[in-house]
Formats: sequence, C-alpha cells, structure tokens
Amino acid sequence: MEHIVIIGNGISGITAARHIRKLSNKRITIISDEADFFFSRTALMYVYMGHMRWKDIEPYEPCFWEKNNFELLRARVTDVLPDSKSLKLSDGSDFTYDTLILATGSVTNTFGWPGLDLKGVQGLVSKQDLEELEEHAPTKNECPRAVIVGGGLIGVELAEMLRTRDIEVTFLVREGAFWNGVLPQGEARMISRHIQSHHVDLRHNTNLKEILGDENGNVRAVLTEEGEEIPCKLVGVTTGVRPNISFLQDSPIHTDRGILVNRYLETGIPGVYAIGDCAQQREPIGNRPAVEAVWYTGRMMGEVVAQTICGNRTKYNPGHWFNSAKFFDIEYQTYGWVFSERKRKAYENHFHWIHPDDDKCITIAYHKDTREFLGINTFGIRLRHQVIDRWLTEKRDLAYIMKFLKDANFDPEFYDHYERDIISAYNAEFDTQLKPAKKNWHRIFFNTK
Amino acid sequence: METTEQSMSLAGHPPKALNTAQKLATALGLSGLLIMLLAIFNVNFPNKTLWLTISLMAISIGIIWFSQQAYAHSQAGIKNDGVWFKSISGRGLWAWMLGIVLTGFYIILYFYPQYLGLRQGQDNTGVIALFDPLSRLLSGNPASQWFVYGTLYTVAILAFGIKFILKYRHNRYEILRTYSVMFYQTGFAFLIPEFMARLNGDLPYYDLKNIWPLNYYNFEQYRVNAFIDAGNIGVAMLIFGVLSIFVITPILTFKYGKRWYCSWVCGCGGLAETAGDPFRHLSDKRMVAWKIERWVVHSVVVFVTLMTTAVIYSYLGDDSSKYWLTRDVFLIGVALLLTLVFAWAMIFRRNQLKKDAQYGAIGYFVIIIALVGLHYFSGNNQVFLFSSGTLRKTYGFLIGSIFSGVIGTGFYPIFGNRVWCRFGCPMAAILGFQQRLFSRFRITTNGGQCISCGNCSTYCEMGIDVRAYAQKGENIVRSSCVGCGICSAVCPRGVLKLENGPLEGRINSTEVLLGNDVDLMDLVNRK
Repeated sequence: MEHIVIIGNGISGITAARHIRKLSNKRITIISDEADFFFSRTALMYVYMGHMRWKDIEPYEPCFWEKNNFELLRARVTDVLPDSKSLKLSDGSDFTYDTLILATGSVTNTFGWPGLDLKGVQGLVSKQDLEELEEHAPTKNECPRAVIVGGGLIGVELAEMLRTRDIEVTFLVREGAFWNGVLPQGEARMISRHIQSHHVDLRHNTNLKEILGDENGNVRAVLTEEGEEIPCKLVGVTTGVRPNISFLQDSPIHTDRGILVNRYLETGIPGVYAIGDCAQQREPIGNRPAVEAVWYTGRMMGEVVAQTICGNRTKYNPGHWFNSAKFFDIEYQTYGWVFSERKRKAYENHFHWIHPDDDKCITIAYHKDTREFLGINTFGIRLRHQVIDRWLTEKRDLAYIMKFLKDANFDPEFYDHYERDIISAYNAEFDTQLKPAKKNWHRIFFNTK
Repeated sequence: METTEQSMSLAGHPPKALNTAQKLATALGLSGLLIMLLAIFNVNFPNKTLWLTISLMAISIGIIWFSQQAYAHSQAGIKNDGVWFKSISGRGLWAWMLGIVLTGFYIILYFYPQYLGLRQGQDNTGVIALFDPLSRLLSGNPASQWFVYGTLYTVAILAFGIKFILKYRHNRYEILRTYSVMFYQTGFAFLIPEFMARLNGDLPYYDLKNIWPLNYYNFEQYRVNAFIDAGNIGVAMLIFGVLSIFVITPILTFKYGKRWYCSWVCGCGGLAETAGDPFRHLSDKRMVAWKIERWVVHSVVVFVTLMTTAVIYSYLGDDSSKYWLTRDVFLIGVALLLTLVFAWAMIFRRNQLKKDAQYGAIGYFVIIIALVGLHYFSGNNQVFLFSSGTLRKTYGFLIGSIFSGVIGTGFYPIFGNRVWCRFGCPMAAILGFQQRLFSRFRITTNGGQCISCGNCSTYCEMGIDVRAYAQKGENIVRSSCVGCGICSAVCPRGVLKLENGPLEGRINSTEVLLGNDVDLMDLVNRK
C-alpha cells in the first residue's frame, strides 16, 4: 500500500491527510516535532490569556487519529533523501515514504539584530514559543515591560496577550500607522488609536537597532535606531515569518525563500509536494504573494494536494482572496484586494467610511474607470463571505455593492446597521441618490430576485 | 506545557486578582447571605421587614458593584481573560466549595425544608419566617420554602443579569435576551402567580411560561380540579396550558428555533444564562457526552410522557355518557398523536436522522405503544405496569428534584451551567426535536473564514462542538442549541450568525470550503 508521509501537523498537513483519507485507504503517517496532536496555531494566544486550555485548541479529540487510521510520529526530520525515498530523523534513524508532503510551516523572521540569542527574545509561532512566553513573561512581577518589534498580526496579538497580565508593552512599528504596509491609511490610523486605547505604548516610525543583555544572558533593554534605550524583560520579534525549510539545505529539493512548487504543488521531484506556509509558487498567482503564510491558503492547498495524490491531478487555483483578524476588540475582514497606499495599483480607487465612534470603518476598492468592485475591508462589521465572493465573481460595480450592502451584513441580530450612513457618505462623495435595498434571503442564498 | 493546570491555585494567578472594591463588594454580598444564614440558625431578627430588605439589598448591590468593577472600566468586548486560571471558574478549590454549598442548599430545600424553618400548621421560623413580610405583601399568605427559593432565584437572575449585560454590553442580542429572561422571571414566575393567589385564592400556583412537560405536574388531578373549580379564568388557564405545548410552542419554534423559550423566556435558562454564565465553558464537549445526552434526555421525554399519561388516565372515568374524555378516548388519542409524530419523522425526515436516532425512536415508540396495548389485553386498571402514583413520585424525585435542582444547578461550577437543560429537560428535548427537523433557525457558518480556534466550542454551554461544524463550512443545526449566541460573540473572525432563514439549504455539509477553486468545490461538494 502506498505510504504517504506528511511532515508537519498544522492546518495544511492535516487538511491534506483528512482529504486523502476520505478518498483512499492509503497508509498515512504524519510527522511533527512540535506537538502530539494538531492544534489551531492561530489560537495560541487564547491559551496564554486563559480563554482556553491547551486541549481546547485541538480541533479533534485524541481518538480521532486512531479512528481514521492516521499514524502520528513525534520526531524531527533533519534531511530528505529523495533518491532513496527516505527521511533522516534527528535520532539518526531513517524513515521511508512513497509520497512525501512537506507542510512544515513557518518560523519567525528576523533581521539579524545583535542580541537575538539572548534569553527573553522570541517570536510567537510555535507551541514552544508559547511555552517560552510562559517562562519569560508569566506575570508583571517577572516581566514588568515587554518590547514588541514589528507591527503585524502576530505583534498585535502578542500585545493583547501581555496586556491581559498587566505587563507594560512598548510596540515598535516601522510605519507611520499600524500595519500601514497592508492597510490603507484611514484604517491603519484607526487601529493605531485602538491599540493605544488599550494602554499600549505604540511607537510609530521606530526601528530596532540592538537588543541589550545583562551578565546572565537575559534581555535587559532594547536600543532603537532613534537612540532610545527601553528597558524590558521580553522582546517579542514579530517582523513576519519565513518558510521553515532549513532542514532541506542538503537535499536536492529546489528552494528559494520557500520550497519552490508549480501550480500542482509539485516540487519537481517525483512524489514530493509542498503545501502551506513553506511552499513558494514559482509564478505568483494573480495578486497573491508567492509565499502565502495564511491559515486559509494552507487549508486550501491541503484540499488540492489530496486530490492530486488520489489520482485527480488538480491545480492550486484559489478563488477570491480573503482573510480576517482581530485587533484587540475590533474584528477585521477582507475580501478581494484592497491595497495600502504603498502597493496600490494605478487603477485602484478607494471609498472609505469611518464611524464617529472610531471603532468601525470600511474601505471599498474599485476600478477608477469602470467602477468595478475589487475588494472590501471592514472593521467592526461582519460580512457574509458567500455574498461578497459572488459579487467579486460577477464583477459588480460599486453602485451595486452600495445598493445591496444589507445582503452582505453578517453582524449578530439586533445590532445597529450602518448601511444607511455608509450610503449617504457614498451619495455625498459621488453625487448620487442611491437607496439601500432591503435584505433579501433569496438573493443571499440562491442568487435569485 | 501545562499553563492551565494552575487553576487549583487560590493565590490570584495572572491575569486578575480581585481589586479592593471587588473584595468589598464580595464582602457586602456575603453579609447579605450571612443574615439569612443566621436566620436559618434561628437568630431572631426583631424587624423582619427591615432585615430582609437589608439582606436582599446587600446581595444585589454586592453583585452589581462587583460586576461594575469587573467590566465597567474596560472597553466593551469579550471578557474571558483568565477564565481558566481563576479558581471559581476553573474547577479550582472555590468551585468545589461553591458546588458543595449549592448542592447542600438544594438537598435541604427539597427534602428537609424544616431546617429552613417550615412548620406544618404553625407560624414559620428561621429563614422562611424572615421572608413572611414580603410574601404577605404580595400574596397575603405566609412564606414557604418555595417562596424563599423563588425570591432568591429572582434576585439572582436580576443581579447577575445586570452583570451579564455589563459583560456583553457591545452585543445587543445578548442584552435584549437578558432583559427578556429578567422580565419573565420577575413578572411571570415571581409576581403574577403571587398576585393571582391574592385575587383568586382557588387558582393553583401557575407560572404561565412554565410549559408541560417542564411543568410536569400541570395536568394532575388536584390542579385540573382547581382550574375547573376556579371558573372561566381557571378553564382558560387550563386551555392555555394545553395550547402552549401543542400550538404556541411549535409555531414559535418553527419561526425562531427553541431559543425563543430556552434563552429568552425559561426560568431555568434564565438562571443558567445569568448566574451560570461564568461556568458555561465547563460543559463536556466530547462525542461520548453527546451520546449520553441524546439517550438520557430522550428517555426523560418518554418517562414524562408515560407518567403524565398514567396520571391523567388515573382520574378519568370510563363512562362516555358522563364526559366525552374517557380513559379509552384519552389513551387512543395519545397513541394516535405519538404515532403521527413518529410516522412524520420516519417518513419525511428519515434522511436527517442518524442510525442511533432511528433505532431510539423505533424503540421508544414500540415501548409506548406496547404498554398502551398491554393495558387493553391485561385488563387491569393500571396503565404501564406501575401505578400512576409510583410513576409520579419517582419522576418528581429523580427528575424534578435531583436532576433539575441538585445536579442541574448545584453542580454549575463543576459540570457547567446547562447540565439540566442538556441532559434532563424534557421540554428542551421536545423543542430540540422540532428545531432539528422543522424550524427556520440555524447558526450560519461564514464561508471559509473559520480558523478552528475553538472559542465557540469552549464557550458553548450546551457542549456542542460548534467548531466541528464551522471548520467544515457547515451550518450548525443541532437539537440541543438554545441559541444563546455566545459562540457568535466569542468568534474572533465573524464566522457564526444565528438566524432564521429559509428551510432550503439549512443543513449543508461541505467538504471543500469557500475560497478554493470553484470547480474543485463543485466537484467535491456535489451530493
């Protein structure tokens, strides 16, 4: 029987395993050095904050694995030897495969600052990172202040985590507003204000120069490019992630930043595939980055590679981009493409609306000539994925989006609705007289009417 | 790593120890309870009205002040920081102590009310006497242990309701729902029955929102007689009691799901959602718990159906010339109704029932019909082998007292706040049966946005593994869901929405989620 070996038990590897199991009886072994069972990486923060226990962030009960005949191996792979179709494990043993799926995820990206190896310097990517955080920042007594470097999604999560234990947080952000490399300015500024309202010392336009240690090798302070020394016991490095591929340096598998794959997620070596964060598309797909380090894309690649392995060779052909996050109390969703000023396309215009309470806003990107709907960001308002996805497929224009915005609302019942405010802002800006259409179930679910 | 196993600690593990004001608020609330405790030990309070007022005020203000300190100074949003670290909400020492105290209270309340000061034929003493002034004010009668319990129950729902509203003040669904249970508890469960007793002493105590079979004693002989003797108003109430379960309930459940009752109206649900809220994450989410739940709760439905049938049967006559509703008519009617429900489910909804549900339904149906048939063949005067009195007593003891009170509420801090609703309540099971098979209600899963984090499952008080559905892009249509809305509230990615939509496509299992190649989704999801 064909033996499928999957390295990595994150969302990509596990999704691939589940789908292969649905389609076949192939022998499946999942190797992980990180944890016994699959867990939700995006939920690491909730364990530290006391919202959930470790076992609560494991999506499947322990009996699931045996029931579905998944063999789980807790080991570290140090080398891949495609010629002999085998893996070298850290204990020196060999492990053979017929088909190999590399789903090894990411590691924290750093920029070579002095002091990175001091105790108390860490990222927040793995289970081990969480354990280290418990050790370095258990309470505000052991860790009165932490410095976080890098204003992205992991950084803001780490800030929220530390604030739940009353640890003072200084947050160094390269941009002039939070995550402004990705978010348009109006949104980035609103999120900056929200982070500050949670008593985070957010420093815009500030860069790390060096991490300073004490005589025992512990973090003592950081020094910024701007010359300020900030004492702290923890330095959270959250300047993005990069593919976890160092174990492949001696293998013939082609790598660049990540493991190079074609649209079929094939590495070029027969029987070896790469999916998820660790994979790099040889040709980026549409506006997508070549390395997509997102939960959803990992899942989608897992769904696709399972088809290929089970005899239905399938291209990774993702639909419309979407993503989501939460910045302290403000939820964020994005569908399609809304670029920041830095990356904005020549044809892309934005319609922006912000609520006076400063905790809700939306930005709609549209084609400046055709008014075609390109994408939407919402903060503090939930949208119905299905409806927005359809609008993107149907290439609706901006006026249509405005008119039927109520169909797309996904906020809980009895919540305040803002479509009227949004549309009157739109009418003022575009000198139109649009009125919102009533929400309609048939349009929402069956695309009729 | 065991970051969460420190919950036995009392030392105020991070993140939050109580601040000074919260400690004072706790002391104030406990001092109110202390007055009642002293009364239990027969400390004589000279001015009962004054001391009762002080006691109830101290409890209420203590709870509200505590809550205001806990939530009012932080921004609106999800407030679950440190839930598993705190002893009281993390099954620590305080949780066990509270569980023992509550359980003890229920045992005394149900089985030893004399220790609370109940005296047969004499003036009350103890804590019951302390409540006499309030009872006389409302109904004109002296208090009973049930009046004491009802008052404390109402105070708990009101004060902890305010706490819940402060906690979820960003969420209008939660706020309205909480106002609703506060209103129904205060008006329907507490005040109206007392006023009715004052206006018409012949009427039996009747909390109009308490529907059979939750109100399992509603059709007993003494009550039916009392209703009829009380004239038109009594007959109207009796008819309302029958319509509630057979007409009103199915219509509302079809339109809104069982939440209209379980988390908007019901008193048990009201307490669970307010005072019980800090314990909602303690419910067991394992598959095995779900399996036990299905068998236990449906067995309770069968039990209450048999018991009620036997009780009503026992006081009906045989002579159709005296009254149209004879034993025969009644038994045949019950058998017919059950057959219709069974046939409908098996013919029109068979594909939605799992194997064990089908076996269970067939098994229960055969048992009930066989028992009815047995009655006709054996020719003795007892329906269902046991005397109706034995069935009635056993049900009242096992289900009415032990399950709903001692275990259901006493074990809040250990098993979570909806143990009764989930495993024991026959009303919830009947509503759930309908919600699963014939209702517009569902929790919609938002396309492919789920990150499997587990907040929804963790904070589901009914022990539903919400995530298992959400991460498959599947709507949640579960008979046990009470529609509290917390899964939707705690979801960090806006994945879940409670809504009453069209029946078509309500139950939708998908394999490949939204966001992937549309052709692949079509291929794999094609049914």
